[in-house]
Amino acid sequence: MSAGPNVPGATPLLQARGLNKRYGRVTALDHADFDLYQGEILAVIGDNGAGKSSLIRALSGALVPDAGEIRLAGMPVAFRSPLDAQAAGIETVHQTLALSPSLSIADNMFLGRELRRAGPLGTICRMLDRKAMQRIAREKLTELGLMTVQSINQRVETLSGGQRQGVAVARAAAFGSRVVIMDEPTAALGVKESRRVLELILDVRRRGISVVLISHNMPHVFEIADRIHIHRLGRRLTVIDPKSYTMSDAVAFMTGARVPIEVAA
Amino acid sequence: MTDIGSSRPAAQAFELVLDKGESRVAEFEVRARSPLQKLQHFLHANPTAVPAIVLLLSVAAFGFTVGSRFLSTFNLSLIIQQVTIIGVIGAAQTLIVITAGIDLSVGAIMVLCSVIMGKLAVTMGLPAPIALLAGVAAGAGCGVLNGALVTRLKLPPFIVTLGTWSIFFALNLWYSASETIRSQEVAKIAPLLQALGTPVNVLGARFTYGSFFMLGLVALIWFVLNRTAFGRHLYAVGDDPDAARLSGIRTDRILFSVYVIAGVICALGAWTLIGRIGSISPQAGQTANLDSITAVVVGGASLFGGRGSIIGTLIGALIVGVFRNGLALSDVDVLWQEFAVGWLIIIAVALDQWIRKVSA
Repeated sequence: MSAGPNVPGATPLLQARGLNKRYGRVTALDHADFDLYQGEILAVIGDNGAGKSSLIRALSGALVPDAGEIRLAGMPVAFRSPLDAQAAGIETVHQTLALSPSLSIADNMFLGRELRRAGPLGTICRMLDRKAMQRIAREKLTELGLMTVQSINQRVETLSGGQRQGVAVARAAAFGSRVVIMDEPTAALGVKESRRVLELILDVRRRGISVVLISHNMPHVFEIADRIHIHRLGRRLTVIDPKSYTMSDAVAFMTGARVPIEVAA
Repeated sequence: MTDIGSSRPAAQAFELVLDKGESRVAEFEVRARSPLQKLQHFLHANPTAVPAIVLLLSVAAFGFTVGSRFLSTFNLSLIIQQVTIIGVIGAAQTLIVITAGIDLSVGAIMVLCSVIMGKLAVTMGLPAPIALLAGVAAGAGCGVLNGALVTRLKLPPFIVTLGTWSIFFALNLWYSASETIRSQEVAKIAPLLQALGTPVNVLGARFTYGSFFMLGLVALIWFVLNRTAFGRHLYAVGDDPDAARLSGIRTDRILFSVYVIAGVICALGAWTLIGRIGSISPQAGQTANLDSITAVVVGGASLFGGRGSIIGTLIGALIVGVFRNGLALSDVDVLWQEFAVGWLIIIAVALDQWIRKVSA
């Protein structure tokens, strides 16, 4: 299968080959391949049940594939948990957002990677450096233009859907040093909030971070993606350039109404 | 928030109309709230407010009806003594309930540990500190069993601890041969076991070392829950385990350790129990199980997890203590004490449901 049309020859930043995952008799991933290059926005589209989520979960460490190989900047990696992927600089905004409603915004941004006080208070008493975490959380939200919340110590359950999405995106953007994966980031949002999230995605790319965008929203995908990975029946069908194909072509490929030439050949 | 409508060209045709619409994105609507809604929001933001108010009201009510016999420093400090055991066991229960679990075996662990401490020190003549440590180790062991069944076999905590409640209680009857070790024997051979019963008189108030031990434990747990990552993770796991796992928290490890910690706290509860009653009886502390759940629930914790505080539990235990003590001083039959505590639980849970329905 060809590499992306606009990045010939480069080593992919994040690459997967032959990923397999079965749940009983259901095959979620069937020798799936994946390539993501430095600084691009790669959209992943596919029909319901095509295995997009399983692919993303494998890349973000939330699922351990039965077989196959994942390489980060050419080096093989084996993610046993989301922590491993996070440590490698891969952050994920899950469709469910993975926030804890009863904790504050600052607590949520640092959940699982809290900062501790310097000195014995931190090493022996394991005391958190709440001031630093609140300051950094506030900085990150302001950076992304999301600081309309009243207080960084507000509980997430008091936020609107759009604000929660903003917190989840800010968390990923703040810690994702290499790759940010976003699963349906605009699915639950209104028109204006969706636009804001798309701008956030472009912001993230501007900082040199690669973005994987899973979406059913074809206009959004065609607007901001550099390449489109079409997933079908548990594997990558093809990768297309949004400039040389139409939305109808993409939908035809992902539903099986049409077979791309390179696969047919 | 950035004004996106006018500053940048809309990228999609249908978004052109955005210019004409409102330009605010995800802002807070300032709606007029009725006083009842304001109260609901206040209680939602301050979970310990309800129990604190109830405690003050009940103290005032009994002070009014019973008078100085109730309000005397001696009697009020006696209530603190009376709630020492529920306070300690309730602390263990709080940690479990925050993770959306429940531990029905806490009372049985406590009695089993007290019997082990007594048997080893008094009957077998081992040094008291070693007997104490053995009791704590036994508590941890009970917690390991509960935690392993919850996290490895993925059984519901209610079922696991319902089973281990019977198992630990049976072990307790077998090991003690259903015999009580008399207080005088404990005092003669292993006074350390009764150390937490040592009285301290402060200006007419009568406390025991056990009261201070309970308050110290509550302070320590407050620190862990609010100032350490482990504490934050307990809330996250109780709130939404999937979200916690995706955030990189090892949810099984957190759950397992919380049952072990609860077991250790129950063993410390055994030490306070011996201090409180002097003797060591396999039939002691029968009500601790349900009393601890009552304290946690009346203290404003949610049995659905993610909500609750250790201060709330302490206040919850005090409310139950005040009710029991006040009704006893009013010469009301014990059955009406149970009646009142029963209503207290139902009202507390109903209030929690109402507060949870708060609209964002």
